[in-house]
This record gives sequence, C-alpha cells and structure tokens, in this order.
Amino acid sequence: MLSFSEFVAEYGQLLFEGTFETLLMLLIPTAISYALGTALGVVLYLTAPGSLRPAPVLNAVLGWIVNIFRSFPFIVLMVSIIPLTRLIMGTGTGLLGTIPPLVLTTAPFIARMVEQSLAEVPRASVEAVEACGASTPRIVFSALLPEALPSITRGVAVTLIAVLGYTAIAGAVGAGGLGDIAIRYGYYRYEQEVMIAAVVIIVVIVQVIQTVCDVIARKVDHRTARK
Amino acid sequence: MIQIKHLSKVYDGAAGAAHALDDVSITIADGDIFGIIGMSGAGKSTLVRCINLLEQPTSGEIVVDGQNIVGLKGAALRAYRRRMAMIFQGFGLLSQKTVLQNVCFPFLAANGKVTDENRSHALELLDLVGMAEKAASYPAQLSGGQQQRVAIARALACDPEYILCDEATSALDPASTNTVLKILRDINRDTGVTIAVITHSMDVVEKICKNVAVLEHGRLVEQGSVAEVFSDPKTHAAKVLLGRVDWDA
Repeated sequence: MLSFSEFVAEYGQLLFEGTFETLLMLLIPTAISYALGTALGVVLYLTAPGSLRPAPVLNAVLGWIVNIFRSFPFIVLMVSIIPLTRLIMGTGTGLLGTIPPLVLTTAPFIARMVEQSLAEVPRASVEAVEACGASTPRIVFSALLPEALPSITRGVAVTLIAVLGYTAIAGAVGAGGLGDIAIRYGYYRYEQEVMIAAVVIIVVIVQVIQTVCDVIARKVDHRTARK
Repeated sequence: MIQIKHLSKVYDGAAGAAHALDDVSITIADGDIFGIIGMSGAGKSTLVRCINLLEQPTSGEIVVDGQNIVGLKGAALRAYRRRMAMIFQGFGLLSQKTVLQNVCFPFLAANGKVTDENRSHALELLDLVGMAEKAASYPAQLSGGQQQRVAIARALACDPEYILCDEATSALDPASTNTVLKILRDINRDTGVTIAVITHSMDVVEKICKNVAVLEHGRLVEQGSVAEVFSDPKTHAAKVLLGRVDWDA
C-alpha cells in the first residue's frame, strides 16, 4: 500500500494529464455543440405546430434527425463515423478524433434541452411581444432566449455531465482522459487506487459543474421576488 | 375606426368544427371606449385576438381606417400591430427584464435599439401610470395591479391609435381594477385613443365604456350605448350579465 505522497509522486502527473484531457474533451465539443444545438433548438421551437413560424414538414424532418442521432449508443456512433471523422479532422483518434462524434451526439441533445427551455417561456409573454410588432428574430433574441436563460443554464449542467460520461467512452479511441485511466489501470492492471482516484476526480468535476451552473442560474433568474 | 364585417372564426377540432365567432359585425368609432362583453366561451377573446391578428379569421373583414387588415403579413403586419396595442389578462411582461426594459420593448421592436430619448419617454409613461419608482424592479417584485399598470405603459410606448384590453382587470382585486380602469379612462380622455375592452364584468363596462356589444356563443346578440343596454337589456345574455335574472330559477 502506497502512502499518499508516494501515490502522488507515482501517479500525480498521469492523473493531472488525464484531468486536462478530460476537460478539453468535455469543453471543446460541448461549446461547438451549443452553437449548433441552440440554433437547432430555436428552429424546432419556432416551427412546431401553433408556434411562431409553424412548418410541420421541416419540424418533423428535423425532429427525426435529432431522434436518430439521439438513438445511437455513443460507442456505436463513434466507431461507425470514423471514416467521416478522418475526413473532417484528418484523424480518427486522439482528442481531435473525439470532436465529431461528441458533437454529433451532443448537439441534438442540446437542441431538445433548448427547445424545452423555450417552450417553458409563458405563452402570454411571447404573445405580448408579438403584439408589440416585434419580428420573429427580435422575439427570439430579445425575448425568448433571455427569458429562457435560467433554464438553459441549468441545461448546461445536465449536458456537461452527460458529455463527461461520453468522454470516458471516447477514451477508448485513444483520446486519453480520466475514464481511459480508470479502465486501463483499474480494469486491465488491477491497480484499484488509480481507478478510485480517477473516479474521485470525475465526481469532483461533476459537483463543480452542477454547483457553478446552479449559482449562475440563480444569479440570472429574476422570476422570484426573494433574492 | 374599426369596422368588423361578418367576421367568423371556425376551429376544426376532433368533435367537428367549432364556431368561435359566427358572422359578427361591430363598428368601433374613433375615441370610443367600446365594451365587448360575454360569458366565458362567448368568443370575445377570439374576437380581440382576430383584431390584432394573433388569430387569423376564417372569413369576414376587419377594416381599420379604411384598410382591410385581414391577411396582412411581415413588415405591414408588424407596423399594424404597433398601432393596435394590446393589454392581456396575464400581463405578459418579460420576467427577466426590468420594468423600464419592458416598457422600452416596443421601441426595440420598432427600431432595433432603445435610445436615451426612448428611455426618458418610457419613464414619463411609467410616471403616468404611477410606476416610475419601480422602473428598476423586476415584474416578480410587483403586485398584479402594478404589473398591469406597467403593461399599460408598455402598450402606450407604441404610441398606439387603438388599445385592445383582453380581460385586463379580470385577475385583479377591486382596488387595482379601479386604478387600472381610471388610467385607461384618463388616457382615452387626454389622448383620444380608441379602447376596446373585453370583459365578462358589467361593472367594468358600466365604469368606463360608452358603447357595448354583447356576445353569446360566438354571435353578436345585442349592441348599443351603455345607457341603453343597461336600462333596457333585450336579450337573455345581457340580462344574465347584468344579474337581472332570478338565479335560483
């Protein structure tokens, strides 16, 4: 049994690098996914029946596409699109190789989260700004998205934590990260201390994500009289 | 002047077509405070939502100052809506914006930006409804009556020729109702803006309206000056709304 200082000396750098890789894999694809997913979510909201710009066919087609990508188990999606990943990124492995599959699986997830957040904005508020003579883009950017911001912020926590789970799987294509360390050391080499340390770091990351998003969501939400 | 001509609105539902409005013709003169009264489900909200095209009528015309507005789209529709401000039962304020930002929203909608001049005009309007002190507050920090006064200031920011009130006081207590009605009456008197008031309360009609139309099951059953209808209600619907029937019968 290693002492704590011996453990840190032996595995500290490995775990530090793993944490860094995990954070890169988490934040870069999620940021790209939010750009795509928010746009898609807004279109899904606007084109729904009875919404501001109903377009049943477009809404149904986009809905199917979103559902199809959300149906794929992540590992299957990742492996099956490797040729596409190579085409886009020049490589099918490493951090770069994880970006396309993570974006393809996360953007549709975000689209549904954003769509749901927008749908929670009271109908009366939307109609009132419509009755002011606001254009649809104006309603989206000046009313709907700001009104939905606290809910969207809470969605960021859900999304990041879900993507964190995918990054562990993505480690399997050589992208590294904490999930990869946990499997290699814990599962293949029976070095349980390393696995436990990796899992503890992942737990800490989850707690930090949730806490930060909760604090921000409360900060930006003016729906309650109490502060 | 708003001339509603043979207006019908049909909803196709699972249980067959429902006539929310059935051949309704009403004329609202400039400067009037016109009450449209009826029970729940009489079609009065549908009527007012058709007037500013939140709903598309199935047939008929709505002629505003000589122009049939049914079928307006895009920029023309948005310009029309700015002339036809609306006040809702549920206030419809944006909860993440301050009172002042809410009142400035029509400027944003019209010009894409809010100038200092717009903001000082908005503050004047808030002062008019007695809400200037709350300019920096958020809607959740206000009572219902206060929120509705902010909504009135927002409606006025469009500098409208017409104001449509859809059950504007139905969610308010009697004191707040009186405050809101007084503000509407004074605005009408001072600026000559035409106001259409949708309500199920004869009390509201009696307090501020000059003319009134009674709707029942989507049809116009009675209309005239408030004095006429109140002194001599001809239809059962009007009598019920006035409380002039034996409710035990």
